[in-house]
Amino acid sequence: MIQARLRKHFPPSAESAAFTLDVDLGTSAGVTVLFGPSGSGKTLTLDCIAGFVRPDQGRILIDDALLFDAATGVHLPPQSRNCGYVFQNYALFPHMSLRENLAFASERLARLERHRRVSEMLERFRLSEVAGRRPNELSGGQKQRGSIARALLAAPKLILLDEPARGLDARLRAELYAVLRQVRAEFSTPILLVTHDLEECFELAEWMVVLHEGKLEQAGPPAKILEHPESVEVARMLGLYNLLAAEVRALDPSNNSSKLRVGDHDLTGPYLPGRLLGDRVTLYVRPEQLTAVPRDGKIGANQVPVSLDRVADLPQSVRLEFTGGITVTMTKAEFDRGRHHRDWVVEFPRDAIRVL
Amino acid sequence: MEIDWFPLWLSLRVAVLSTLMAVACGMALAYVLANGRFRGREALDAALTLPLVLPPTVLGYYLLVVLGRESALGRLYESIFGGPLVFSWQAAVVAAFLHSAPLLIKYIRAALESVDHSYERAARTLGAGEWRLFWRVTMPLAQRSILAATALAFARSLGDFGVTIMVAGNIPGRTQTIAVAIYDAVEAGNGALARLLVIIISAIALTILWLANRYGPRQTPA
Repeated sequence: MIQARLRKHFPPSAESAAFTLDVDLGTSAGVTVLFGPSGSGKTLTLDCIAGFVRPDQGRILIDDALLFDAATGVHLPPQSRNCGYVFQNYALFPHMSLRENLAFASERLARLERHRRVSEMLERFRLSEVAGRRPNELSGGQKQRGSIARALLAAPKLILLDEPARGLDARLRAELYAVLRQVRAEFSTPILLVTHDLEECFELAEWMVVLHEGKLEQAGPPAKILEHPESVEVARMLGLYNLLAAEVRALDPSNNSSKLRVGDHDLTGPYLPGRLLGDRVTLYVRPEQLTAVPRDGKIGANQVPVSLDRVADLPQSVRLEFTGGITVTMTKAEFDRGRHHRDWVVEFPRDAIRVL
Repeated sequence: MEIDWFPLWLSLRVAVLSTLMAVACGMALAYVLANGRFRGREALDAALTLPLVLPPTVLGYYLLVVLGRESALGRLYESIFGGPLVFSWQAAVVAAFLHSAPLLIKYIRAALESVDHSYERAARTLGAGEWRLFWRVTMPLAQRSILAATALAFARSLGDFGVTIMVAGNIPGRTQTIAVAIYDAVEAGNGALARLLVIIISAIALTILWLANRYGPRQTPA
C-alpha cells in the first residue's frame, strides 16, 4: 500500500514557468500506472517517493513505514526507503559486469546468501549466460531485465519505473510487458510505473492515476476511467473522440431528461444533476454508440446532419470523421452500404450522451 | 662540464610529495564542492581558486607571514620538526602544492560532477551509503579524468618558480629546484646548463601531457 500526499512548488525560472505539484494518491494495487503528458509531474512524483526530491508539504507512507512527513520533519534518504528504481537508461554501472551489478545490490543480504540470490535472480531473468558481460555488451532487452533484476535483489517494498518503454521498438516493448507480468506473478512487490503511453496503461495497469499539470485528475481502474472520464482534460488525454461543446437549454428531472444545444441542433439527453440552464458543458459520446446513415430527406429527433470528411480503416471496422468534430465507428459491411454518400445523419441515443 | 643534478632530483621529490598532498586535499575538497549543499559553497570555490590568479610574489608573501618563524604555525612546525619551515626544501613542497592544488580541485570537481547522476541515484536506491557510493561508483567512473588531472598537477608542480623562491629561497644543494636553477644559470651566464635543464623539463612536461591525453578521458573536463 502506498499513500503519498505531496506538494511541491517551483518558482518560475529563466528556463521554465512556475510549477506546482499537488497530488494525493493512494493505491494498494499490484501495478499502478501514473499517466499524463510530459510536464505533468509524473517523474517528479516518483522522485519524491524515491527520496531524490524533498516535497514542501505532505506525507509518504509505504505500508506502515513513514518515509516522509513534512509536519514532523521526517525525510528518509533514498538508502533507507527500500524503493527499487528502474531508470529510463537502466543505469547499470558501466564499469561492472552484470553479475557485479547484481552483487552490488545484494550487499544488504546476509553474506552467505548473496551469491545464491544473485545466481538465482540471473537464472530467473534468463541472464546467466551473459552475467560476465559489461552493460555495453548487452542487448536492450538484457539491460532491461538486468536492471529490473538488480532492483528486485535489494528486496524493495516497492518498485518504481520511470517511462520504461520510452524509445523501445514494438518487440522490446512486448518483452518488457512480459517481464513486468513475470515480476507480478513471481514477486509480491508492488509496481509503480510512470508513462505517457496510453497503450501501456491498458496493458499493465490495475490502477491508473491520471496527472495533468501537477494535479491528480482521476484515479481508478483503467477500463472505468475510459468509460467515465471525469473531466475534459482526462478525456482529451485518453484521446477520446466526440468531445463537443454544448449549452444546457432545458432540464426536466421528472422525465429524467435535458436539452443540449450543440452547434445549431438540439439534442435530448439524460437529466444532468448539478447543472443550471445556460451552463456551457462538454458533451461526450463514444464513437461506437453513435449511429450514422446516409441522409435521405428529413432529420429526426436527436439526429444531426453532417458531411463525411475522412474515412479511416481500422483492423475490424471503419472510423468515419464528420464535420463538426463528430466521429462514428461502424462495421465495414455497414459502411459499404453508404460508401458513396457525402451527406449523412448521425443519431445520438439519449442514454449514450454524457456531460463532463 | 660538471653537471649538478641535485635541482632535478629535488624538483621530482617536491613534485611527487606536493602532488600526493594535492590529490588527498583535492579529492576531499572537490567532493565537498561537488556534493555539499551548504551556504558559501561557491565562495569556498572562489577562495580555493584565488592562488591561481594571485601573483606568485603575493602568494609567497602570504606564506612567509603565515609560516614564518614568528608566526604561530611556523613556531608549531619548528617545535615538532626541530627546524624552521621557511627556506627549507619542505617549504618548496608547500609552494608547489599551492601552485598545483587549486587547478586539481577544479578538475576533480568537474570530473565528479560529470558522472551521470542516474548511476549515483541507482546506487542510493540499492542501499549504498555515501562512502560506498563514492568509492564503488563515482570514483571508478571518474577515475580516468582524475588520473589525467593528477598528471597535469604533477607537471605543474614541477615548474613553480615565484612562490618557491619567496619561501624556500635559492640555496644550491638545499632548496634550489630546477626552475630556480635555470634562472640561476641564465643569471650566471651558464647558457649550456640552462639549455640542458630547459630541454629536460620540457621533455618531462611533454611526456606527461601526452600520457594524460592518451590514457585520460576522451574529452578533458573543462
